[in-house]
Amino acid sequence: MAQGVLVFAEVTDGKLSTTAKEMLGIGRKLADALGEPLQAAVLGSGVQDIAPIAIHHGADIAYVADAEGLAQYQTASYTKALAAIVQHVDANILLIGISDNGRDLGPRLAFRLRTGLASDCVDLSINPETKLMEATRPVSGGNAMATTVIEHARPQMATVRAKTMEAATPDTGRQGSIESVAVDIDASARPVTIVERVKAESEGVRLEDADVVLSGGRGFKGPDDFYGILEPCAKVLHGAIGASRAAVDEGWVPTQMQVGLTGKIVSPRLYIACAISGAAQHMAGCGYSKTIVAVNRDPDAPIYQRANIGVVGDYTKVIPAFQKKCEELLG
Amino acid sequence: MDIIVTIKQVPDPEAPKESFRIDEDAKKILNPSNVDPVINGYDENAIEAALRIKEAVGGKITALCMGEEMATRALKQALAMGVDEAILLNDAAFANADATSTAYVLSEAIKKIGAYDLILCGRQASDWDLGQVPSGIAEYLDLASVTAIQKIEAKDDAVRVERILEDGYEVIDVKTPCLITVSNEANTPRYPTLKGIMAAGKKKIPTWDLAEVGADASQVGNAGALTTVTKLYIPRFESDCEFIEGDTPEEMGEKLALRLRELKII
Repeated sequence: MAQGVLVFAEVTDGKLSTTAKEMLGIGRKLADALGEPLQAAVLGSGVQDIAPIAIHHGADIAYVADAEGLAQYQTASYTKALAAIVQHVDANILLIGISDNGRDLGPRLAFRLRTGLASDCVDLSINPETKLMEATRPVSGGNAMATTVIEHARPQMATVRAKTMEAATPDTGRQGSIESVAVDIDASARPVTIVERVKAESEGVRLEDADVVLSGGRGFKGPDDFYGILEPCAKVLHGAIGASRAAVDEGWVPTQMQVGLTGKIVSPRLYIACAISGAAQHMAGCGYSKTIVAVNRDPDAPIYQRANIGVVGDYTKVIPAFQKKCEELLG
Repeated sequence: MDIIVTIKQVPDPEAPKESFRIDEDAKKILNPSNVDPVINGYDENAIEAALRIKEAVGGKITALCMGEEMATRALKQALAMGVDEAILLNDAAFANADATSTAYVLSEAIKKIGAYDLILCGRQASDWDLGQVPSGIAEYLDLASVTAIQKIEAKDDAVRVERILEDGYEVIDVKTPCLITVSNEANTPRYPTLKGIMAAGKKKIPTWDLAEVGADASQVGNAGALTTVTKLYIPRFESDCEFIEGDTPEEMGEKLALRLRELKII
C-alpha cells in the first residue's frame, strides 16, 4: 500500500529552495496526521549536501537522484527522475511547490504517473475519517475556492502556491536516512535544447523578497507614475514596485513586475495598492501580505474588502505626501 | 507548419464581479446570465501565435474544442480570426471531465487528425485555472512540451520559444512535433475582421462524438476522472478596513504614514 508523504525538494542556485522548505513544513503536518513518514526527493547534479538540509527541515528520509543530466531543469529529465523516485517509494502523497519549474513539472508528472493532481493549492489537510488529502485551491482567478480529493489513484498529488505554507524551523540535530536512487538520464537524444537563460535587469530590491511593495494598476495613465511616483516612495521604504496584470498588458511595465495569479506571489510586511480595483486575479498574488493598504479614488472598489487600511483619494497626491512624511519619520 | 490549437469556452472573466455565479451542489462554475461565454483568453493568445507562424512560414491551422453545442461559437470566432478548420468534440459521455479525461479526449482527437507539426494551447483556462491539460496531451502523445512561453518562432523543423521565468526567461529550441503553451505576454490577439466573420459563417464545423473520436468510454468524462471536487464555494472576506480620514489627499497621505508608524509597520 502506498505510504508516506513525498516532497519535491527543489534545489535552486545550489540551495534547498524556500518553497521546498515550505513544502517540507506542510508535508510534516500531513505525515504526522497520517502517522506516515515524510520523504524528500532531491534532484540535481552535485546535490548530495542538500539531503541533510531536507532532514533538518523535517524529512525522515531523503532520496537523492544525483546525475549530470539533472544539472539544469528540463521537463523530460526531471519528470523521468522524479517518477522513478515516486515509484521506488510508492508514496501516498506527493507535494510540489509552485515555482517556474514546479508549475511545469507537476502536471507532466501526474500524467506520467497516471494519477490526479490538484494545482496551485493554498490549503492542504487530511480528512480524519477518510484519511484522504483535501486540497483547496482558488479557481476562476480566485473568485471561488474548490476542494479536491483523489480517491483511488496514488500518489495524491498537489502543487502548492509559494508563501502559503510555513517552513519548520530547521533543527540541525535532526537525524534521518539518506538513500541514493539511480536514474538513467540520456541527454543525447533530447528534442529540447536550452539555448540561453536571460536574466531580466532589475535594480534595487527583488519584488518577491521586498518587505514593502507599492503597486499600480489600470487607474494609472501610463508608465510615468510607476517610475515617477511609486518608485521614489519605494526607495524611501527600501521596497520594490509591482503592477497589476492590466498595467502589464498595456505594456506600461515589464512582465516581471506583475503581481497576481499568473505573475509573482508576494507576501511583504506592507503592500500598498494604488489605483488597483482588487480583482481576484491580482489578490491571488498579494492577498497574503501582512498589511494591505489600498489607495483608490473609488470608495466602492472591491479592494477595500481585502485591505486593512484604506485611503479614498488620488494616489498622485496621496503617495508623494505619504513619502514626504515617511522621510521625516524615518530620517 | 501544420498547427493544432486547443481551445476552451469559458465564462467571460471580464464580466462584472457581481455576476460571478457557481452551483455549490453540482460544483460547477456557471456562466453569468446575460454575458456570453468567450474563448479562454490564453487560448486566444495561442490562436494568435498560430496565425503569426502561419503568416511567416505557411501551413494549416486546426482549432479543436471539447465542449457542448454552445462551444461552436468559440470555434466560429477562431475561424473568424483566421484558423482554417475547426472541430467540436461533443458527447454526453464527455461531461464532468477533469484534466485527465479532458486531455485524453483531446489527445485521441489529435491522433485522429494525424498530421501536425505543432500543438499550441493556452497556459491555463480561466475557469478552473488548472494548467494541466496541455501537459497531459503532450504526455499521451509522447511529445516534448514547453509551458508558459512569451515568444515563439518557427525555425525549419523546430520552434524557438522563450519560457517565462520569475527573474527573466529561457530561450529553448524544440524539435517538432511538440506542444507549447502560450501566455498572455506573447501577443495581443487580433479582432476578427468583417471578411473573416463572413467566411467563418460559411464554414462547417464537424462534431466528433465518442465513437467518431474512437476513444475508450471508460477514460472519458466523469468515468475517466481521477479527481473529485468535494466542495466549491465563494470565499467571504471580512471587511474590517480602517479608513484614513482627511480633508485633502495630501493630509490623508501624511496621516497614513503616521498611522503605519504608530502600528510599527514602518
